[in-house]
Amino acid sequence: MLAKRIIPCLDVTHGRVVKGVSFVSLRDAGDPVEIARRYDDQGADELTFLDITASSDDRGIIFRIIEQVASQVFIPLTVGGGVREVNDVRNLLNAGADKVSINTSAVLNPQLVADASSRYGSQCIVVAIDAKQVAPERWEVFTHGGRKATGLDVVEWSKNMQSLGAGEILLTSMDRDGQKNGFDLALTRRVTDALEIPVIASGGVGNLQHLADGVTLGGADAVLAASIFHFGEYTVQQAKQFMKTQGIEVRL
Amino acid sequence: MVNVAIVDYGMGNLRSVEQALRSVAPEAEIVVTDDARVIAQADRVVFPGQGAMPDCMRELDGRGLRAAVLEAARSKPFLGICIGLQMLFEHSAEGDVAGLGLLRGEVLRFAANMHDTQGNKLKVPHMGWNQVGHLTDHPLWNGIDQDARFYFVHSYYVKPQDTDLIQATSDYPQPFVCAVARDNLFGVQFHPEKSQAAGLKLLQNFVQWNP
Repeated sequence: MLAKRIIPCLDVTHGRVVKGVSFVSLRDAGDPVEIARRYDDQGADELTFLDITASSDDRGIIFRIIEQVASQVFIPLTVGGGVREVNDVRNLLNAGADKVSINTSAVLNPQLVADASSRYGSQCIVVAIDAKQVAPERWEVFTHGGRKATGLDVVEWSKNMQSLGAGEILLTSMDRDGQKNGFDLALTRRVTDALEIPVIASGGVGNLQHLADGVTLGGADAVLAASIFHFGEYTVQQAKQFMKTQGIEVRL
Repeated sequence: MVNVAIVDYGMGNLRSVEQALRSVAPEAEIVVTDDARVIAQADRVVFPGQGAMPDCMRELDGRGLRAAVLEAARSKPFLGICIGLQMLFEHSAEGDVAGLGLLRGEVLRFAANMHDTQGNKLKVPHMGWNQVGHLTDHPLWNGIDQDARFYFVHSYYVKPQDTDLIQATSDYPQPFVCAVARDNLFGVQFHPEKSQAAGLKLLQNFVQWNP
């Protein structure tokens, strides 16, 4: 049976892994290559790297990190942040990424998702959506690291991205991100029920029950978390053992 | 020194396959190539692939590599991965295109609206770590546990006409074929280069395989 995936997320800036609270106030969590190796040893199913500065000056750093990780860690690697054109996708794949995550640029230029997926295959195009609840049962897409409202409805937008060729959706609740009080389960359930492609739940994990709830209540195909792993509260292996006790299929 | 050629027909990321082979066979010479002569001279050939099958077939032909790949698949240790497995068959439902026709059978899409035994929706692509059940004791399974998990990402699967070729199946939710073999040829639907210890073991077995 297919296992639900646990994906540690590494936010990278200036060559370091950092973690913020609701997209601000960053805290240093260490060297990306070292952390990637540790999570691989612990049984992480994939790794996601988000280049959160993504200014042109720093662009080379993430390529070097991905090259180093890809030569030592043989699980899928997703990289996002600052992807604006098909060439950016190609360069990240060439550096050793298996999937590329597109966020703001998908809103500014949806054709990028279509072009990138038809050129490199849907399997390597992840569309990341930052969602904020704006009314009961309504969530809106935000861009530019959560600073800009778009007016787009998250459920409609995710269906649109699926039809343009996205292979997977990385769904982050901005309301929950860094709050450690659990995923936005209603949001996760709405999006996963609306789609045929896998959905990764993100934003708000504070304990292992939250991870399990993302799958059992939210219906997510994969769960992403950062701080609970970075700061040593739990190992990925502990998370998997716990999810197994909740009847969730995991890779041990 | 053993020489392994990875066939490059311009589709997707071959770095992962290259890196994984280097890690399991540091003594071997690993070359990523779109040169038919290099493929002809290689001791072993890996035929990977990502993306859509019609594009893959077009790119393969556009680079004049069809004959070299067919010749390698008939004459030396040959490993097809993902689309590189699917392309060995006669026909694919993806874009309704002909494959290389080396193996009889077709490539089909997973059904829409599939559910698991608990009623949860099964997504397509089939993406993630699934169990691989061996049906044979082929040398490429040496040291790999029955039902070990490998990483999959695909929406189509192969259906060989000759069931004797089937080396392993996986369930989603029905059993589908995820490995085939014939003589010097082995093909897998999953990605050994992304399947951590079990995947590296399979690649190591391939590099040491003497069919």
